[in-house]
Amino acid sequence: MKLIECENVSFSYENTEVVKNLNFQLNDGDYLCIVGENGSGKSTLIKGLLGLKQTSGGRIIRCEGLKAKGTGYLPQQTPAQKDFPASVFEVVLSGRLNSRGFRPFYSKQDKDTANENIKRLGIEELKNQSYRDLSGGQQQRVLLARALCASKQLLLLDEPVTGLDPIITDEMYRLIDDLNKNEKITIIMVSHDIGSSVKYASHILHLNYENSFYGTKEEYLKSPVGKRFLGSQET
Amino acid sequence: MTEQLQNIINMFQYDFMVRAIIGGILVSLCAALLGVSLVLKRYSMIGDGLSHVGFGSLAIAASLNLVSPLEFAMPVVVISAFFLLRLSSNSKIKGDAAIALVSTSALAIGITVATMTKSMDSDINSYLFGSILSMSERDMWFSIVLSVIVLALFVVFYNKIFAVTFDENFAKATGTRAGIYNMIIAMLTALTIVVGMKMMGSLLISSLIIFPAITSMRVCKRFITVMISSALVSVVCFFIGLTISYLYSTPVGASIVIVNLAALIIFSAFGGIINFAGKKN
Repeated sequence: MKLIECENVSFSYENTEVVKNLNFQLNDGDYLCIVGENGSGKSTLIKGLLGLKQTSGGRIIRCEGLKAKGTGYLPQQTPAQKDFPASVFEVVLSGRLNSRGFRPFYSKQDKDTANENIKRLGIEELKNQSYRDLSGGQQQRVLLARALCASKQLLLLDEPVTGLDPIITDEMYRLIDDLNKNEKITIIMVSHDIGSSVKYASHILHLNYENSFYGTKEEYLKSPVGKRFLGSQET
Repeated sequence: MTEQLQNIINMFQYDFMVRAIIGGILVSLCAALLGVSLVLKRYSMIGDGLSHVGFGSLAIAASLNLVSPLEFAMPVVVISAFFLLRLSSNSKIKGDAAIALVSTSALAIGITVATMTKSMDSDINSYLFGSILSMSERDMWFSIVLSVIVLALFVVFYNKIFAVTFDENFAKATGTRAGIYNMIIAMLTALTIVVGMKMMGSLLISSLIIFPAITSMRVCKRFITVMISSALVSVVCFFIGLTISYLYSTPVGASIVIVNLAALIIFSAFGGIINFAGKKN
C-alpha cells in the first residue's frame, strides 16, 4: 500500500532551493534511509514530510489513513530538552496528544498505550525517573516510545543515533529494525551513518539537489553515486 | 517578637497594603506559572525585554498626560511580545541580541521622554525600581481577572503546554498548533508584566518570571511539581519580601528579589544534598 508519494517536490530555504524535483514513493512496511551531504536538505525534507514546511514546488501526497493517524516523529534533541524537568512517563504520554483533539486530559487508554510502549522499549524501570537524569541512549529510547504513542504506522527519525556511543548506537539500530520487521512499522530515517543505512534499510534516498537518487538498497549499492558515497565513507 | 507580629498584623489595616498584597500575590502567581514555560523554552529574556518596553510606554503615556497610562502600555507591550517571539524564533539577528536591542531602545526612549517632561521627574525612580503605594484598585481587579485566566489556561491546557514546552517540533508534527500557545503565553506574560511593573519596578519585574522556575528546578524532577513549586515559592517569597519592605522601609521590588535569591540558594543547596545522597545509594 502506498503511504506517501512525492511528485516533483522542491524545497527552498531562505530563498535558496535546496531540494529540486524530487520524486519517490513510500510503501507500507518500507525502511527508507535518507542520506546525503551536509546541507543537502535532509532535515528540510523531513520537515516537509511532517507538514511543518511548505514545498516550494510539486506536491506531497499522503494516503488518507495516514493523515488521520498522524506520524511518529523522533526529532533531533535540542539543548533545552537535555535538562528538562519531566518524568519519563510524562514525556511518553505526551505522544498521545494528537489523539486527544480538544479534550484536555488523557484517558486511561492513553495511559495504557504509554505504558505498553514503555514496556516495549525496555525502559520500565526508568518510568518515574526524571528525563534529565538519563543517559543519551535512554533519552532516545524515551523519545522513541513517545513517537510510537503518536503512530503505529509511520516513524520519522531524524538522526536518531547522534551523540550515542557505538554499543548504544547498535542497540538503537536493532530496535528500529525490530519495529520495522516485527511490528510492520514504516520507517523513514535521516542518517549520516551510511554503513548502517545500507545494512538495515530497504530503500535509500540520496539527496543531491537536482540529481537525487532513489531506489532499493541493492540498486543504490550498484549505482555510481552509491559506490562513490560508500567509498568515501570507508576511507 | 510580639511587637513585630503586631506590626505584621497592622499591615493589613491599610487599604494600600491590602491592595498590594492581593495584587502582588496574584501577579507573582501568574508570573511563576508563565515563567516555567518561558524559562524552559529559553525565552527568559523576553520578560526582561517586555518590562523595558513597558517602562518606555508608561513614560510616554505619562508625558502625554493620558488618564490611564496602563491602558496605553498594555497594547504596546502585548504587540512587542508577539514581535519578540517572532524575532526569537526566526530571524537573522539572533534572539538574545534582538531582545537587547529592543529593550535598550525602549528604555532610552522612555528616559528621554520622561526627562523632557518635568512633571515626571519624581516618577522615574518609582517606575524603574517600583513602589509599594502604586497598586491601585483598578490594578488589583485587573490582576484578579488575569490570574483567573492564567490559572484556567494552565489547568485546562496543561498537557498541551507541556508538549509545546518540551518539544515544539514534535507537538507541531502531531497536530498541536504550537504557535497559538506560544502567542497566548507571550500575551499573558506581557499583561502580567505591565500590571506588576509599577510595584516591582521595570528593572526588577522579570525576576518574578525567572527566579521561581529556576529555583524549583533545583529540586523538582517533574513538570507538574515544578509548576506547583514555582507558584508556591513565588507567592511565599513575594509575601516575605513585602513584609520586610513594610517593616524596615526597604524598597519593595528589591526586597522581593533578594528573598527570591535566598530561596534559590536554599533550594540549590537542598538539591545538591539530594543529588549527593542519591549518588551514594
